[in-house]
Amino acid sequence: MTDNIQNLNNLSYRSAFMLILKRDLTIAFRHKDDVVNPILFFIIVITLFPLGIGPEINTLSRIAPGIIWVAALLSTLLSLDRLFKSDYNDGSLEQMLLSPHPIFILVLAKITSHWLLTGLPLIFIAPLLAVLLHLNENSYGALMLTLLLGTPILSLIGAIGVALTVGIKKGGVLLSLLILPLYIPVLIFATSAIDTAAMNLPFTGQLAIIAALFFTTLTLAPFAVSSALKVSTN
Amino acid sequence: MWKWLHPYANPETTYHLTGRIIPWFSALTIALLTIGITWALLFAPADYQQGDSFRIFYIHVPTATLSMGIYVGMAIAALCSLVWQLRLADASAAALAPIGAVFTFVSLVTGAAWGKPMWGTWWIWDARLTSQLILLFLFLGVIALHNAFEDKTSAGKAAGILTLVGVINIPIIKYSVEWWNTLHQGATVSKMGKPSMSIDMLWPFIFCYMGFVFLIVVITCIRFRSEIISRNSMRPWVRELVLNQGVK
Repeated sequence: MTDNIQNLNNLSYRSAFMLILKRDLTIAFRHKDDVVNPILFFIIVITLFPLGIGPEINTLSRIAPGIIWVAALLSTLLSLDRLFKSDYNDGSLEQMLLSPHPIFILVLAKITSHWLLTGLPLIFIAPLLAVLLHLNENSYGALMLTLLLGTPILSLIGAIGVALTVGIKKGGVLLSLLILPLYIPVLIFATSAIDTAAMNLPFTGQLAIIAALFFTTLTLAPFAVSSALKVSTN
Repeated sequence: MWKWLHPYANPETTYHLTGRIIPWFSALTIALLTIGITWALLFAPADYQQGDSFRIFYIHVPTATLSMGIYVGMAIAALCSLVWQLRLADASAAALAPIGAVFTFVSLVTGAAWGKPMWGTWWIWDARLTSQLILLFLFLGVIALHNAFEDKTSAGKAAGILTLVGVINIPIIKYSVEWWNTLHQGATVSKMGKPSMSIDMLWPFIFCYMGFVFLIVVITCIRFRSEIISRNSMRPWVRELVLNQGVK
């Protein structure tokens, strides 16, 4: 037993990261609803827009990038609750914070698992939905690339909001108020990249900015998350 | 400098200091705003292009620029409270947030009222308008987070982290929105040396601007005092204060 604990305390950063990642993925796959529901939400929201706006092809293909991205923002927001809530409720979050490993690593592992379960599926489903919305044919590459670079940003920034609100009973609505304004730059650059691609122009500039946003949030967000978690768990 | 600042980390000293400051600054505010606004609305020359409707500029521009300034001030206070664990910095950030939200709101409303005769519409999705609207959301987010916690200390820390995250994001949001769309007229006052305004128009503006600055100081002091009192309500000096002055 003590040997075991000794081993756990001497874990390398890499294996600590993998351990948390595996744990979170296992838990998620045992509760498949939590994984599937945000994706279903994404699909349903996108289906609603043509019904509300009308089936005209030109209009739909004009607004498709915006709709897909806004739906991606909302479904990420919906799934964020899972990130820390259950761990907070059963006390395992506190144990993680007490462990000798840097919180940075643990937080990063949890965010990675969140992205694997919510961001990654969106990238595979989005092209199918883009067909429904008659997205311009040139834009598919841009759509996939912006989602690939952009959805991790959504998970990283979202984690800050969840970490701040995890201790509050009715944190759901508050979370969207805190997080959605911070998502705006990603939304702007992603949709503009897709629009530019539709005109057959190079969109590397927008992609470079999204990549810059990604690396900035990747390096800074875990610090904000860990200090927010310390406040929330007290 | 630290030695000189040290006594003001004590809530009691600061409470009494702000109490002494308030009358002076309120007098200054009233004087400056009365002179500035009367001058601006009645005596300043009308704009050759925009006519009299440009006069809303004297309220619109100070509130708009100062709203950003309030956010920065809040962020500095939040940083101080997180790094040096200063309780009072926390209280001042809490005092500033609603003032900032109101200033942002006023600048949006006056902007809309100005936009109607000038651009022919109340609202345009222009870069500055949009980033100002987002700033309002950020302020409201900080206030909402502050209210959601029951414990004042953790409320202050959480709101502080959010403020700092926001202050990193403000330039990014500002430039992304600017890049997204631009219609708003360029800055008229900030060109130091040779402002693109005539001097008759500039003087009342300076009065109005300083008036609004001191207005912020006064309201902040008042809110700051009540924050201090409510956070220290169990301390002996507050009890003494209440016994001496009576509950008003």
